[in-house]
Amino acid sequence: MRHLLSAEGLDLAAATAVLDTADSLKQALLGREVRKLPTLRGRTVVTMFYENSTRTRVSFEVAGKWMSADVVNVSASGSSVGKGESLRDTALTLSAVGADCVIVRHPASGAAHRLAGWLDGTGTCVVNAGDGTHEHPTQALLDAATLRDRLGELAGRRVAIVGDVLHSRVARSNVHLLTTLGAEVVLVAPPTLLPVGVDTWPVTVSHHLDAELPSLDAVMLLRVQAERMHGGFFPSAKEYSLAYGLNQARLRLLPEHAVVLHPGPMLRGMEIASAVADSPRAAITDQVRNGVHVRMAVLYHLLAGEEAVA
Amino acid sequence: MAPRERGATDPAGERELLTAGDVARTVARMAHQIIEKTALGAPSASKVVLLGIPTRGAPLARRLAAHIAEFSGVDVPTGTLDVTLYRDDLRRRPNRPLETTTLPAGGVDNRLVVLVDDVLFSGRTIRAALDALRDHGRPNAVQLAVLVDRGHRELPIRADYVGKNVPTARSEEVAVLLAETDGRDGVLLRRGPSREVTS
Repeated sequence: MRHLLSAEGLDLAAATAVLDTADSLKQALLGREVRKLPTLRGRTVVTMFYENSTRTRVSFEVAGKWMSADVVNVSASGSSVGKGESLRDTALTLSAVGADCVIVRHPASGAAHRLAGWLDGTGTCVVNAGDGTHEHPTQALLDAATLRDRLGELAGRRVAIVGDVLHSRVARSNVHLLTTLGAEVVLVAPPTLLPVGVDTWPVTVSHHLDAELPSLDAVMLLRVQAERMHGGFFPSAKEYSLAYGLNQARLRLLPEHAVVLHPGPMLRGMEIASAVADSPRAAITDQVRNGVHVRMAVLYHLLAGEEAVA
Repeated sequence: MAPRERGATDPAGERELLTAGDVARTVARMAHQIIEKTALGAPSASKVVLLGIPTRGAPLARRLAAHIAEFSGVDVPTGTLDVTLYRDDLRRRPNRPLETTTLPAGGVDNRLVVLVDDVLFSGRTIRAALDALRDHGRPNAVQLAVLVDRGHRELPIRADYVGKNVPTARSEEVAVLLAETDGRDGVLLRRGPSREVTS
């Protein structure tokens, strides 16, 4: 693995390797006196976030620090980006300063891919931590890790992704990764929140949540991304919540073993009822916990091995 | 494949150093030595923990523990200690998959830890194991048991229990086979890839 730019680019072997490594790391750190591994000592990891984030940035930072890498955080505000420096120049600067890995979140879809092209030949690797409405591969990996914890192997499992698929990079990454891992994906959303070309995706599409719930092994709720919405995608928040929100009545329609996931940040009362988010069926804090191990695994696969011969 | 005489060299340049029977006797002898040297069962002695280093150290540790239980009646807890994340050659090799680490319930604090591995070569794996152990707690003492010591140490490390000392050339390869991982027991010496020996 040279960069991690998209879940679409991960084949079954690579995805399974990362998930297995994450499991081993989780188990290796369990109940230890010192929660730190020397594996990436002397490597420098830079997080470059052009969008707001709590869990992803902190999770990458903790992952890097637990592997003994030096982690430097750059945010768009407070750096030269505020003075008008381009993404390319910022990236080349970070590479020249000695970054072995740049973790980037950017509002433009494809930003991580462009970055990887510019940094080609510098030895700096790129991890996509979310680019616009395109992909967020480590989120999909941590979702898969959480589902594996609760359900075992994912082949043949049925997972619904519910809500704002149009604006969701989490949905795109999950569709690719879950399909690669052999799961069946159902997208449940109002027609206005489905992207053009969804019929070419390897998924089935439904507009009726209640009809899908009894056959699911997991349901993944997406946040309604008001910051990316310019126009009327649904009549009102209350109406959206009534049709697509997971409340307690709907929770009872799910099979006993089914898992509820949410990538966060949650809008309680909108796409998920507060009581559902706090129920033992929800694996939302497990997702955050697994996020650290999955990101450690990604850094291990990108940084620990011999330089790959390109 | 017909069983070969010990010491016989086949055309591929492979020589059997220990047969299945030799391996069994050697492991039994090492178990006796561990019982003796650690004063196992004596009231004043530290509690012993056997930690195998994956892959083949893990089944070796379990075999030693079974022999120790048979010979002395003391049940010695065993575990495995993966050292991959502590290696100093990570950047020189392709990525390695991680193995599991499982410590016995009592942990390693105030125990006498015996690390168990199949082959002792440069000593770098053991260095990594000592570092890994430090992150898991503070044993009273650490000892080392290896089935084969093939020389060529690069660090000041020696084993407390050695099944067999084998003088080797650096280019040669020592392969330990165990029924649990390889389908049969034995130790083979293979002539390495032909290359000039530099002194």
